[in-house]
Amino acid sequence: MPRMEVEKTFSYPLELTLKNYNDQIVVGFGQRDGIKVGHAVLGINGIAAQGRSLEDGRDVLEVIANEENYPLAIKFGRNKLSTNERLVLTGMFHSLFAIGSQLSPETRSSGIELIETDVFKLHCMQTLTGIKFIVVTDIRQVGVESLLKKLYEVYADYALKNPFYSIDMPIRCDLFDINLQSAIEQSERTGISNV
Amino acid sequence: MTIFNLYIFDRNGTCLYYTEWNRRNQSGISKEEEFKLMYGMILSIKSFCSRLSPTDLKDGFLSYRTSKYKLHFYETASGLKFILNTDINAGNMRDNIQQIYSNIYVENVIKNPECKLGQQITSELFQTKLDDYIRSLPQFATKLS
Repeated sequence: MPRMEVEKTFSYPLELTLKNYNDQIVVGFGQRDGIKVGHAVLGINGIAAQGRSLEDGRDVLEVIANEENYPLAIKFGRNKLSTNERLVLTGMFHSLFAIGSQLSPETRSSGIELIETDVFKLHCMQTLTGIKFIVVTDIRQVGVESLLKKLYEVYADYALKNPFYSIDMPIRCDLFDINLQSAIEQSERTGISNV
Repeated sequence: MTIFNLYIFDRNGTCLYYTEWNRRNQSGISKEEEFKLMYGMILSIKSFCSRLSPTDLKDGFLSYRTSKYKLHFYETASGLKFILNTDINAGNMRDNIQQIYSNIYVENVIKNPECKLGQQITSELFQTKLDDYIRSLPQFATKLS
């Protein structure tokens, strides 16, 4: 799936209103030419941005505010999720999962197993011990249930059976990473249907 | 195949209408509490999806499925939210919900001078039309267990 990134050259003054949100510079107002509200500044003049500053140490907002730097080629796109944001989203999913089963009109329902949107699907599998495996896929991807089972196997074989792995901690095992990668690649090769 | 229940929320989170057909499990909290919980969950799922999405969303969140039921979500441009729960075998219900909105809600509530905006729908005509429509759907077949 292509990442949506737009690079455009601007002259002074900048027509877009930028603001600082969660340590990232995002567009607050002035949607135009494929640049949407909420898109983050990913780079200026080919120099990548990391949070609020560029890789060469200059502050993004200061560079943009200075008239001498223009014309500027600014790259916009959806911001990448930081580890922190990923944890927040995981926490959010845990509660949605629980509420989903509480609001069930049918008895003994599980939590959310699949969320569908117009651009992606989220599959979730909860094991008997309460570990959740979550996979985000393209809407045309098939065979994700078997992929989730395979991932559980990989987890059991290469994380749980690793004597240096302590339970409920982040998994840092090379064998796990390698086998995870190959399971994903295999599922990617076989899984996209052409419907 | 069966249809369990339908919620209609306005953009302020007021539950305009709730009705159920073959619901077999109550959530164990009062209806008001349940509406709040449902609206809150939908709002969170929407924001969850838009933050998680690898690309820009157009319609955003459409539906979710658990082991026992499937929740279909449809939001109009004015922020009106329709939530329809069916069993997991029901396919895409988006067109059906759109029908409910354009042919039943707009015709019998918006065009009805007796119905105030942002308040619970009490129109009997709306209720009958909706009930007839849902019962006529192929997805609506009462299970006899």
